[in-house]
Amino acid sequence: MNLLHSLQLTAAEELISVAGLVLLLVAAWSGDRASRAISIATVGVLVAAAAIALPALCGSLAGADVSAFGGQYKADAFSAFAKLLIYVGAAVTLIVAPAFFDRFRAMRAEFPILVLFAALGMGIMVSAGDLLTLYIGLELNSLAAYVLAAFLRTDDRSAEAGLKYFVLGSLASGILLYGISLTYGFSGTTSFDAIRVAYAHGMSIGATFGMVLILVGLGFKISAAPFHMWTPDVYEGAPTPVTTFFATAPKVAALGLLMRISLEAFGAQPDAWRQVIVAASLLSIVVGALGAIGQSNIKRLMAYSSINNVGFMLIGLAAGTKAGASAMLVYLAIYVAMSVAGFVAILMLRDADGNQVETIADLGGLSRTRPGLAAALAMVMFSLAGIPPLFGFWGKFVVFQAAVQANLLALASIGIAASVIGAFYYLKVVKVLYFDEPTDKVQGNSDLAHSILLVVFSVVLSPLGYLLTGWLNTLASSAASALFHVV
Amino acid sequence: MIGITHYVIVSTILFVLGVLGIILNRKNVIIMLMSIELILLSVNLNLVAFSAFLGDLVGQIFAMFVLTVAAGEAAIGLAILVIYFRGRGTIAVDDVNRMKG
Repeated sequence: MNLLHSLQLTAAEELISVAGLVLLLVAAWSGDRASRAISIATVGVLVAAAAIALPALCGSLAGADVSAFGGQYKADAFSAFAKLLIYVGAAVTLIVAPAFFDRFRAMRAEFPILVLFAALGMGIMVSAGDLLTLYIGLELNSLAAYVLAAFLRTDDRSAEAGLKYFVLGSLASGILLYGISLTYGFSGTTSFDAIRVAYAHGMSIGATFGMVLILVGLGFKISAAPFHMWTPDVYEGAPTPVTTFFATAPKVAALGLLMRISLEAFGAQPDAWRQVIVAASLLSIVVGALGAIGQSNIKRLMAYSSINNVGFMLIGLAAGTKAGASAMLVYLAIYVAMSVAGFVAILMLRDADGNQVETIADLGGLSRTRPGLAAALAMVMFSLAGIPPLFGFWGKFVVFQAAVQANLLALASIGIAASVIGAFYYLKVVKVLYFDEPTDKVQGNSDLAHSILLVVFSVVLSPLGYLLTGWLNTLASSAASALFHVV
Repeated sequence: MIGITHYVIVSTILFVLGVLGIILNRKNVIIMLMSIELILLSVNLNLVAFSAFLGDLVGQIFAMFVLTVAAGEAAIGLAILVIYFRGRGTIAVDDVNRMKG
């Protein structure tokens, strides 16, 4: 537990923070001219950080001491798995952002740096071993995210999205923090392992209050119902590359944090948090499915879809078993692929002037004018709905399997029923794409980077994705077992 | 004698006031920022009181971190508010309704 060992374990975070500070100086020195170069450098930094995080996942560190700085930070397989997904989300955002912002002449050099610092905060969140580390990581991520939501300064909707995200996000942080203070008071410690020991023989009322407040605060961050009200507005108002980011990386980080705190810190009392998770899961599935029905904006539709998907992921957590946690991670990985493919396709929907087409009705007959793009979008929709030959089905399957094994039959059956309701609005989009009269709104070509990203992630979602299941299951179960490594 | 219970009661009252300030306030976004600060201060009171009660320094260190982050949060909140005001010319809560659904 010496300093050198700790520094080695946190190497990915050190690389990102040093690189972020250096690039910030470069940005201040050379101004917005360098924004493209800084974007490329930032993607490079993320790839390097992923390469550093990877060995922990492949099990080469199994049995080794993975806790740094006296247990404040854990570089285990779980954090490595979540970090890889986070870095993928951040890197995709950086690749698609310049083309979007250039049309508004709003590409600034600080954009990639904000994304980098948000990724740093999320990396700290998923490796937190202590309430203090958790809080610092969460705020580092949130503060960068508030600015990103309001990044398109000249656009009313973007400023409003930033304001709403800031107010509700800060409220969530405040609630979470109050829960942390109660947990500290009643357990006498802030370390996850020590909290687990302190609560091993039951929790008092005050301790339960603290735990519920922490879960509520994290519920806001993962946009689980009934704390989802900011999601549609922020997803619609934020610039589309930023929405891509919000739909992927922070979701992974907050869900990872929720798993870690439920299974590690409160792992001795699963019955105390299970009811909260089950309620949030059912509400999210239903609210996500019903709320999406009347939407006419495709970004709002994706927001409700993400609420719905978070509900399905929480089913895995409610099971409270290793199989459940592993199923949740598999679902999370597939969800990131679906969101990235969906938003890259949405970014490619441009009219003749190069403006984004966001209204669903304007996509009528896209299959005749842009067959490839329409096919990709339809595949994302089918995959989000969980229709069998596509990869999205596999995520739902493993989650429901874990729930049934944990005797949560009622939860699983309500979830399956609600996913049928959810299929309605996904299929509605497909109907507009394939059977409506052509509106010819979507024109113009997209650049190569978008097409490559779309093709890669579409292949993952296609039935070919099942070739990855063996590999994905191994990684997810080794990541999940890190959480059940009881002291 | 003022004990730990009194501190926790005061901090709970402050916390509830802060949350109500955000939920009930329909006038001004600045009041929301003040409510957020109130919530963070109630947390600090809790942390310091528990720290003294437990004879453990971690709570006070945590309070220092919360204070630092709160400063950053207020700065970012005000900056976003300025951008918003430039575009819309108002900061009334009821006017934050460009998106609905």
